[in-house]
Amino acid sequence: MSEPILQVRNLVKHFPLTQGVLFKKQIGAVKAVDGISFDLYRGETLGIVGESGCGKSTVAKLLMNLEQATSGEVFYKGQDITKLSGRALKAVRRNIQMVFQDPYTSLNPRMTVGDIIGEPFDIHPEVAPKGSRRAKVEELLDVVGLNPEYINRYPHQFSGGQRQRIGIARGLALNPEIIICDEPVSALDVSVQAQVVNLMEKLQDEFDLSYVFIAHDLSIVRHISDRVGVMYLGRMAEIGTDAEIYEHPTHPYTQALLSAVPVPDPEAREHRERIILAGDVPSPANPPSGCRFRTRCWKAEDRCAEETPLLAVPTRFQGAGTPAEHESACHFAEEKDPVGSHAA
Amino acid sequence: MTVIDQTAGAPAPGTTTAPLLEVRDLHVEFHTRDGVAKAVNGVNYSVNAGETLAVLGESGSGKSVTAQAIMGILDMPPGRIPRGEILFQGRDMLKMSAEERRKLRGRKIAMIFQDALSSLNPVLSVGYQLGEMFRAHQGLSRKAAKAKAIELMDRVRIPAAKERVNDYPHQFSGGMRQRIMIAMALALEPDLIIADEPTTALDVTVQAQVMDLLAELQQEFTMGLILITHDLGVVADVADKIAVMYAGRIVEDAPVHEIYKRPAHPYTKGLLQSIPRLDQKGQELYAIKGLPPNLLRIPSGCAFNPRCPMAQDICRTEVPVLHTVGDRRGSACHFWKETLGE
Amino acid sequence: MSDMYDTQSLVNAAGGAPGGLPVQEPHGPGEPAKPSPDGAREKPRSLWNDAWHDLSRKPMFYVSGLLILFLIVISIWPGLIASASPLACDLAKSQDGPTSGHPFGFDQQGCDVYTRVVHGARASVSVGLFATAGVTVLGSVLGGLAGYFGGWWDAILSRISDIFFGIPILLGGVVFLSVVKGGNVTTVSIFMILLGWPQIARIARGAVITAKQQDYVQAARALGAGNARMLLRHIAPNALAPIIVVATIALGTYISLEATLSFLGVGLKPPAVSWGIDISQASSQIRNAPHMLLWPAGALSVTVLAFIMLGDAVRDALDPKLR
Repeated sequence: MSEPILQVRNLVKHFPLTQGVLFKKQIGAVKAVDGISFDLYRGETLGIVGESGCGKSTVAKLLMNLEQATSGEVFYKGQDITKLSGRALKAVRRNIQMVFQDPYTSLNPRMTVGDIIGEPFDIHPEVAPKGSRRAKVEELLDVVGLNPEYINRYPHQFSGGQRQRIGIARGLALNPEIIICDEPVSALDVSVQAQVVNLMEKLQDEFDLSYVFIAHDLSIVRHISDRVGVMYLGRMAEIGTDAEIYEHPTHPYTQALLSAVPVPDPEAREHRERIILAGDVPSPANPPSGCRFRTRCWKAEDRCAEETPLLAVPTRFQGAGTPAEHESACHFAEEKDPVGSHAA
Repeated sequence: MTVIDQTAGAPAPGTTTAPLLEVRDLHVEFHTRDGVAKAVNGVNYSVNAGETLAVLGESGSGKSVTAQAIMGILDMPPGRIPRGEILFQGRDMLKMSAEERRKLRGRKIAMIFQDALSSLNPVLSVGYQLGEMFRAHQGLSRKAAKAKAIELMDRVRIPAAKERVNDYPHQFSGGMRQRIMIAMALALEPDLIIADEPTTALDVTVQAQVMDLLAELQQEFTMGLILITHDLGVVADVADKIAVMYAGRIVEDAPVHEIYKRPAHPYTKGLLQSIPRLDQKGQELYAIKGLPPNLLRIPSGCAFNPRCPMAQDICRTEVPVLHTVGDRRGSACHFWKETLGE
Repeated sequence: MSDMYDTQSLVNAAGGAPGGLPVQEPHGPGEPAKPSPDGAREKPRSLWNDAWHDLSRKPMFYVSGLLILFLIVISIWPGLIASASPLACDLAKSQDGPTSGHPFGFDQQGCDVYTRVVHGARASVSVGLFATAGVTVLGSVLGGLAGYFGGWWDAILSRISDIFFGIPILLGGVVFLSVVKGGNVTTVSIFMILLGWPQIARIARGAVITAKQQDYVQAARALGAGNARMLLRHIAPNALAPIIVVATIALGTYISLEATLSFLGVGLKPPAVSWGIDISQASSQIRNAPHMLLWPAGALSVTVLAFIMLGDAVRDALDPKLR
């Protein structure tokens, strides 16, 4: 965990809202991602949590250059990948791969498993000479815990968990340094989730991978992540190590989110203090001014509407040396022990 | 809310001792291209008025199919119910005429689905859809029905109900749509509500709001609630008792506190152990090995045996019965004593 | 309330169960991967294999398939079952009823109706096949590219196809075929391709857009795949199914359109032999000699029906959601 392998700076993605059929006129924009910055270090897992519509999946697509960023930079080894195209982009793609959420739609139903996992070698023939490909694919199947004999089968002959393993094998094929995981286990059954999480941890050690692990399941993110970022409505609310975020959150949204997670312990039912947030997440097409969370925040004051809080270590905690000393985008950041977090 | 309040909490006469709903030895199978899929294989459970039963299981465990059989909304064919009884207030619904069952739906038993958007008609306003039930079942006028709809929307705490009554489903957020579904289910004050993964599609913070609302309304109207879910957290929050399903059978049932403290079936135990805990950080998670069973080829004996760490020869040959393992507790495991650690 | 439960979504919710059954092997992924007799037992089944398997168990497929096969055979070799010439007519037998050796009777010119019906198949089938082939190729290429690249190309193409959609097909046929002067199989087919491609283009565009949004296409992009690979390897095979279905059904409608145009006198013209021409000539004598109308019209209906039935069967087999 020394040098950052990926540096994200002020990343912005606005999807234009247009009107008109032939002559399109922009009438607004969905501000899916609105100024996100973070670093990913070699060999670490950065968890990104947030509710639907917070922009976490868009971040994944931007990191992969599957969406064109509106502004901002993503530096991979000093190179801004948002500006790359053609051959240079293809070269970078060898090193940054992705595991998708839905194991049912992420595999081409008309290709065999061997073709799916072997496709990376077709696109980057320099990685594996033609004769060695079949052996490589069988080895990858074995690495992710599937029977290499399945090489000629089609995706629909597998269950969700097995398909996700196929997706992981495809992501591993080019021997990347970074894997972006967009909700990799949320479509799987509870009993299979643990298997896939274990596999991903094993592969991380084996191949020295760095993960960006995007998910909404807070307990799984905590288990796998070294550091965690919390997103709300296109912005990062808080970021820190897993203990800092889960044990000592200072942003009210993080506190509410953690308190809302159902705890699998009926004893906690009575003496659990939950912060029930009022209302819904506002539309990203028309987000609130200043702090994005202020419309649902119990601490909100006039200042929150006027002044956008920056993601930084709050002044009161600077140099405190306590776990509360981590970046939090709130004018009134303070610690509040979220009851029940110990079981999360 | 006057109408709702009048009858709230009064169980129908003659049903004070019998459970509100009792499912007995229910079997459901589907005839597919590849053979007969045995989705439900002898399920027994019961719910009393004012009680919450959580049916816990993974996909393919038969938890939703059982609920659909109770509601009478199974597609038949390909579905078939070869055996079993579903007693609602003492009467077997499977022996009723289609018309009788139709009358029970909505009035006595209502259902809440996971996907509120596709369960609401997109071309009709929410107020119209809510009011429709009062017009159809109680013969209210258009105006009175609308007033009722606003009342219901207030009840499920939709802000500015008066202004929003003419809005269409897509104009509401996911959480609000799920509230509308709850309002719709509650409209005719049913005795039993079946909620099939009601909060799975919702975000955590909204999930908490909706679950709270549902629990509160259930208490108020002393309804029975069958909560179908795969989420061990949600179950711990609201359930009174739990039935754990696996491969179309109940493998364990127990009051909620018991099961989390001392599971009596290896499957339940495995599920509880696979939840990431703080002290396991950096270690391998406990994982139940293998895959959920293929319903076309359910393993012989105990269906869980290929995945079970305790499996012995008897598990491969003999289907375990639901042993009584304690006060109101059952476990369908040959080695329940060992599982409990006795 | 009860009505609410009859909505389609709930039917789907109930029907989702059997479709959602996971098909799995006894092999757990957690178990060590090792060869096993069972691993070899389940053969690789592609979706095309599955569709064929489905088709091969449908009686409708065999009925329509045999009919179509028969039609194709007699349009290539009509002499097989009708050795006489359709143009050998004897005015003396005008409008005569069935006699031995002439089971369908004679038409106004005294030609054998049976022979003419058999020989008429060639015109219908060739126009249908040419038009469908042209429409499918042109439509899927244009529509597919529009769907894949989007933007200006898509906007312009969509407008053009709207314009073609707006042309009433019969009016267009009358104008086009009178301008080119000479209704024969080629001109009629060209006319149909010209007016028919937007239908397939729309389907292809929609199918490509759907396929384009699938995660597996994103995954291919993330691997660095180029446009050609994504279009040919990932999108085309997945967008093909709806095009095949629509094209099969369209074939039937083109055959009936050919008959309609010939009936109106702008399609094929005598001495060409076509069901449309015969129907046209018979229609004035329907009271005196209904058999003249009945046989060519019946042949036309059965042909169109066969293609629609085949299209239906193919759709059932190709659409996994209907299973």
